[in-house]
Amino acid sequence: MKTKSFIKTTIVALTAYAVAFAFAVPYLHMLTTATKPDDELFMMPSLYLPTDWQWNNFVETFDNAPIATYLKNSVIIALAATFIVLLVALPAAYYVARFRFKGRVIFLLLVLVTQMLSPVALVVGIYREVVSLGLVNTYLSLILVNAAFNLAFAIWIMAGFFSSIPSEIEDAAFIDGCTRFMALRKITIPLALPGIATALIFTFIAAWNEFVIALTLSSTVDTRPLTVGINTFIGQYQVQWNYLFAAAVISIIPVVILFGSIQKWLVSGLTAGSIK
Amino acid sequence: MSNLKIRPDGKFRKPPLGPLPWIAPALILIFTWVGWPAFEMVRTSFREVSRSGLILGYVGFQNYVELLARPELPSIFIRTAFWVLSIVFFTAVISLPLASLLNQKFPGLTVVRWFIILPWAASVFSTALTFRWMLNAFYGFFNTVLIDLKILQEPIDWLGYPNVAMAWMVAVAVFVSLPFTSFVLLAGLQTIPNEIREAAQVDGSSSWRTYWKIVFPLLRPALLVALVINLINVFNNFPVIWVMTQGGPGNSTDVTTTFMYKLAFRLQEMGQSAALATFNFIIIFMFILLFLRVSGWRQQNEN
Repeated sequence: MKTKSFIKTTIVALTAYAVAFAFAVPYLHMLTTATKPDDELFMMPSLYLPTDWQWNNFVETFDNAPIATYLKNSVIIALAATFIVLLVALPAAYYVARFRFKGRVIFLLLVLVTQMLSPVALVVGIYREVVSLGLVNTYLSLILVNAAFNLAFAIWIMAGFFSSIPSEIEDAAFIDGCTRFMALRKITIPLALPGIATALIFTFIAAWNEFVIALTLSSTVDTRPLTVGINTFIGQYQVQWNYLFAAAVISIIPVVILFGSIQKWLVSGLTAGSIK
Repeated sequence: MSNLKIRPDGKFRKPPLGPLPWIAPALILIFTWVGWPAFEMVRTSFREVSRSGLILGYVGFQNYVELLARPELPSIFIRTAFWVLSIVFFTAVISLPLASLLNQKFPGLTVVRWFIILPWAASVFSTALTFRWMLNAFYGFFNTVLIDLKILQEPIDWLGYPNVAMAWMVAVAVFVSLPFTSFVLLAGLQTIPNEIREAAQVDGSSSWRTYWKIVFPLLRPALLVALVINLINVFNNFPVIWVMTQGGPGNSTDVTTTFMYKLAFRLQEMGQSAALATFNFIIIFMFILLFLRVSGWRQQNEN
């Protein structure tokens, strides 16, 4: 019986490692392409691994294209969108978690619809609005669109955490003379911190990875984030895939690490609270 | 935190000013950046817009008539249906065993989960870009592997033939959909108590039979929710096709979203693009209604 379960675990584990490797292949390929020297890039048949690993490509890509500017733009847009989501989603999530009020279900439905619409569904309308407001090629338009489309997830996940905190704890704080804001700051928010962090990290990643809106609304280097910046490599006469993927690897590493830290909570927020 | 049902307890004393100070910022953000664009889009679909973006007046349904008269449109609709349904189907078929695999105990489980998350965490854009390079006719990884394995004699220009390109793009879209769907299913599996499975096995049920007779029916709500969300995501998916073929050669791999984008920003047909977008919008709305049904969302949030 024991050997049987040992064999079973071994088979399961080996299958899982093979699947994990298959999932990693495109990203490993990205890494090996990024580290190839120019002359090994266009070899037929192609090399699986570079014979001469050029780790320097990760530095040289910055000279080859305005990667530093793109990175700065991505950081500014993603951080600002995250900050707005925090300011806007937190009070809304707290209120819907704690109180019934007229129009509550309609508000939640509105939030749900926002979550299900992606920016690409509205890109024509967003573009026309941004043009009429004179906000083409500005951080502000990208920040606000990213904040608006990630608001829903943040409200779901934070509200889920707030409603899991018994209101009696806050009641006790009121009896001790706390105002609502003090109770929120000292008790509720610290207890809901994993939910708040998840919402913020998710918003940051989504804004960091956003492509369509940035492609449409930023036509100059000054406001273009990294995704669209990498895309402009392709318009060149001969695509320098090694520098391109060096930039892509740089853009992926921080978000993969952040993503791993919140994966535990993601499902509940993304299914609009319908799956525990 | 296991309970995500947002259910207020009601007896709690309310702040004096009512809900508005708390939810107004969210409402403003939603109305200005989701509501207004939606309104603007529908309105544009009934107007004539010049190439430079000037509004030339209302034209009724003319944009819709011109859009429907486009010869490429029927095949784009059929392709979109094929695209969405095949991705959702294959994602479900692969996610079910994948979720069961992730629900087993074995050394290195956490590391395996990290790898499976990769296509979810990395931008769809960069994943699609990698596949485009791997499928390159001359320098691509896939041709090298297949020739080394003696499966191919000659390299193939995978993205040069519409049907082959479409099949690869479906594969890439399935690949990026797998982590989310299998994690939702995994969450569903983890709510099924082990005792139920053990009881079935004590009664002599084979593991295959236990899965289909007991686990799968219990997993169905999670599966349905995952499928509908995936459906909406795939319908909204733009980067895979845009990065890999831009809908080409010609319009041979366009779906409604990429064609809508081309109409607006390549062909400068804002009105027709808005008409197609409005049509897409209606379809997404129907998907949302489907989501509300399969998820039991109202019952959870109304009481």
